[in-house]
Amino acid sequence: MTRALILLRRRLVGSIFVLLIVVVGTFLLLEAAPGDAVDAYIVSTGGDAGMIELLRHRWGLDQSELTRLANYLWALLHLDLGQSVTFSRPIRDVILERLPTTLLLMVSATALSFGLGSALGIYAGARPGSVRDRFLSIGSLALYAVPGFWLGLVLIVVFAVDLRWLPIGGIETLASDKAGLDRAADIAIHLILPVSALGFIYLALYLRMMRAGMAEVWRQDFVLAARARGLSRRRIVLAHVAGNALLPLVTMLGLQSAQMLGGSVVIESVFSVPGLGRLAQEAVAARDTPLLLGIILTSAVLVIVINLLVDIAYAFLDPRIGAGEAGA
Amino acid sequence: MSPLRRFLRKPEAVAGAILLAALVAMALSAPMLFPGDPQAIAGPALLPPFQDWSLPLGTDRLGRDVLAELFYGARTSLAVGLAAAAAALAIGSVVGTLAGFAGGLVDEVLMRITDAFQTVPGFLLALAFVSVVGPSLGIVVIAIALGTWTGPARVARAEVLSIRERDYVAGARVIGMHPLAIAFREVLPNALPPVLAMSSVIVAAAILTEAALSFLGLGDPNRATWGGMIAEGRAVLRTAPFLSIVPGIALVLTVLGVYLAGEGIVETTAVRRGLS
Repeated sequence: MTRALILLRRRLVGSIFVLLIVVVGTFLLLEAAPGDAVDAYIVSTGGDAGMIELLRHRWGLDQSELTRLANYLWALLHLDLGQSVTFSRPIRDVILERLPTTLLLMVSATALSFGLGSALGIYAGARPGSVRDRFLSIGSLALYAVPGFWLGLVLIVVFAVDLRWLPIGGIETLASDKAGLDRAADIAIHLILPVSALGFIYLALYLRMMRAGMAEVWRQDFVLAARARGLSRRRIVLAHVAGNALLPLVTMLGLQSAQMLGGSVVIESVFSVPGLGRLAQEAVAARDTPLLLGIILTSAVLVIVINLLVDIAYAFLDPRIGAGEAGA
Repeated sequence: MSPLRRFLRKPEAVAGAILLAALVAMALSAPMLFPGDPQAIAGPALLPPFQDWSLPLGTDRLGRDVLAELFYGARTSLAVGLAAAAAALAIGSVVGTLAGFAGGLVDEVLMRITDAFQTVPGFLLALAFVSVVGPSLGIVVIAIALGTWTGPARVARAEVLSIRERDYVAGARVIGMHPLAIAFREVLPNALPPVLAMSSVIVAAAILTEAALSFLGLGDPNRATWGGMIAEGRAVLRTAPFLSIVPGIALVLTVLGVYLAGEGIVETTAVRRGLS
């Protein structure tokens, strides 16, 4: 346990620096944008110069860049992300409202891609070079080449438009007054297509990694030893080869989290899922810079937390990790 | 056996090369086969494919020639994919070489910046960048490169760390070469092979990101893009699904070609790390 704690502490200190770079970097990037939220607001509502002046003053947009950065960082320490111009509400509340949907989408897609991907990878890697291995390898490469948003549209055409089996978009049936298990089932049905569109691409990645890892392990001496001991092939594949090939996939789980968050922006837009990704798109459309900044920051924190969790899981799965640091 | 013959003996690699060659041919021949603006109206709106042989793949919602747009889209995809990957590889190898060769504080700072870029979802960063600076081909290229240079940087750094202790680097120091000259003239070229081995994956990712950005309406509005075509067809998904499906197939085949050919090249020239 101490091992994991030391690792956690080291990572946390590093993460704070990384987050600071993200905040300052993104702040300066978004500041460079011509026009601000007030311009965008005025375009949609109309108003004179006095009105613009007043709004700029109210949102603090008439201060210097550095002052605003300092103010932003200070507010951030109090977990205050500022006020959204488009929603006229605190950004933190808007983001927290959308976050669970995106998390649900990501967790489901990860479970699908990791579970099915590693299972198919074991199936392919059990007999390297066999027909099913080659078939799955090429198939997964083809799948990896598919853009997620396009797969989403194709799934909509087939399952929502033609077959009418599944809803075309959204996260639940509107104004249905469903509660409890009924509501959960309703959300699950709405999630089938977006989760498939998001998860299938990464499924190919895990399949290929698992297969490549197993091909590597097959060549090692302990597999030969296991064979010499007369263990069944099934046992060798599952307990010896697959088990050892699984570790790199766990690392990938953390590395993929940032990409998957990015991917969910487009998938949420295709399926009109009201999550963080769609919020990012709304923020871009409305030129709501503080909101976009808040979303990027939230995503960065999310990625850091996921990677921390993966590191801790890894420390438990592989006793070699962190052993040196704990001794020092 | 020469690398070329080894390459030709792999059916997957040859298939990839053929796909890529077809794509390059499409991109190069577009202005000759379809002179004029691909985004101009060419016929009646929503003409189904294979009806009129002057418009083989029919027209979209605005009456634009789908086949012409497809050809010009190949130009955009290829240009953005190659340029963004080249930029990402260049930035990545320079940052990685500097970090690995200088060590100490420079390494620490550069790697924390790399961490920061890896922490922000690349697509979100590209979205923010394009929305700030405005969509044009060059900006889309930079936006994609911003999210992809970190991988090459890490690989280059790891490679430089192992190279900088070699004798010829010590030799260059002894004859009084400037450290920067050693880093970029002696070390960087030798660290490149494993970095270049990543290029097919990066080109493929860049093409897919460009498509996703155009799909969200953040591509260059003055160019035909496959992502933009898919988005355009989405409005008539129920009645004319082919408008979205055809450019998507082009995308899949392109990315597949890049993967297959890239993998073939890496395997036959054995530049992959550990084999070099």
